[in-house]
Amino acid sequence: MWLCNSSIGRKVIMSVTGAALILFLTFHGCMNVVALFSESAYNQICKLLGSNWYAIVATMGLAALMALHVVYAFILTFQNRKARGNNKYAVTSKPAIVEWASQNMLVLGIIVALGLVLHLHDFWANMMWAEIIGAEGLQCPPTDGFGWIKFTFSNPVFVVLYLIWIAAIWMHLTHGFWSAMQTLGWSGHIWFNRWKCIGYVWSSVVMAMFAIVAIAFTFCPDCLGKCDGNVLPFIF
Amino acid sequence: MANISFTVKFWKQNGPKDAGHFDSHELKNIPDDTSFLEALDILNEELIAEGKEPFVFDHDCREGICGMCSLYINGTPHGKTERGATTCQLYVRKFKDGDVVTVEPWRSAGFPVIKDCMVDRTAFDKIIQAGGYTTVRTGAPQDANAILIPKPDADEAMDCASCIGCGACVAACKNGSAMLFVSSKVSQLALLPQGRVEAAKRAKAMVAKMDELGFGNCTNTRACEAVCPKCETIANIARLNREFIKAKLAD
Repeated sequence: MWLCNSSIGRKVIMSVTGAALILFLTFHGCMNVVALFSESAYNQICKLLGSNWYAIVATMGLAALMALHVVYAFILTFQNRKARGNNKYAVTSKPAIVEWASQNMLVLGIIVALGLVLHLHDFWANMMWAEIIGAEGLQCPPTDGFGWIKFTFSNPVFVVLYLIWIAAIWMHLTHGFWSAMQTLGWSGHIWFNRWKCIGYVWSSVVMAMFAIVAIAFTFCPDCLGKCDGNVLPFIF
Repeated sequence: MANISFTVKFWKQNGPKDAGHFDSHELKNIPDDTSFLEALDILNEELIAEGKEPFVFDHDCREGICGMCSLYINGTPHGKTERGATTCQLYVRKFKDGDVVTVEPWRSAGFPVIKDCMVDRTAFDKIIQAGGYTTVRTGAPQDANAILIPKPDADEAMDCASCIGCGACVAACKNGSAMLFVSSKVSQLALLPQGRVEAAKRAKAMVAKMDELGFGNCTNTRACEAVCPKCETIANIARLNREFIKAKLAD
């Protein structure tokens, strides 16, 4: 299978899974900002997703994408280290056009994965997982996403950890976005610059959405979510 | 014009299995319009006069077109020349009096060291043999204008064809990837109607050979295009990816 046994095929897997994860982050970020405006609308989204079958199937799909992305990251890195050989250069000099992120995607990826463990522990375990196993006696009900955000960011340590995490994802995406398009062959003299620009804007906007929510809930939790909203008028 | 003195710290290695080490030698009063390779010739004359073994390095045309010179100088393949120049076009005036100039071989599993800074680059020849050609019957040449080619395509193909296969891209890449070389060689033919006929077969065969020879996976760091003496760009790599993916999807 060319996707596994050719260098370009393996990179195609990284690109497609990476691009899908960027799309997921975009949806996730959009849903998060709802919490800034309306508690009821945000909790509506939490309830809609909750532990419904389609949300569980989508979560499993997401986990599979993530697992593929991580496994291939390690395979590629292992092969690349081998291709580089054992002799290291005594003197190295990084050319100006080479971005730090592009040479440290695995390091950034590991920081992202560690942050993800924290995030799953803080939210997913208390929401979807708690609902699946029917956990009781928690700080907030599983579908009270607004309450969980408030509770998590009431501890200032978390905002620092989350901001570091968000910065690492931002750096990972600024390279990953155009690199994915380049690997899929959708690039050239003109589109290289366009994708790079689109990638920077896209990842900055998406990660800013996450950062704003974390910062706002740390400094001003009581002034948020006051608008009475209904984001899903046809369902509820 | 001025004369400068500098120390050359050069890599010595007896074959691919040897661990290798650095030796150093001070070159005194070298005119700054001396080419760097001429300075290394002076180094060797002095080493021989001292009864030492000369330093081995590759070189041939010394005018930047053959791709034979291959030294990693102060952390950069071909040294910090102007863009679009090879080691043989690097001059002593690029260094300062008292500098220590570190000279290393291309370090990559795909290019085993033969001796000192001379590395075995036959892997590139093998990749070319795998598909870097068009299968045509030789004989009376056809009229030059029998197949019309748009000027931008012809120019782009010519730019890709200017790759001299020196291996600086592999030397600069942290993944030891040969993608810039392979993509330039695939592009120079893929852009022309004569090369389109075998484009899919060529992309598959050359990538398969590149992978088989142990070159790494491209992660788009752009170190290759930053050091390429012929200014090849990663637009070629995108083109190769496109050709390869299209060929595999068509199978």
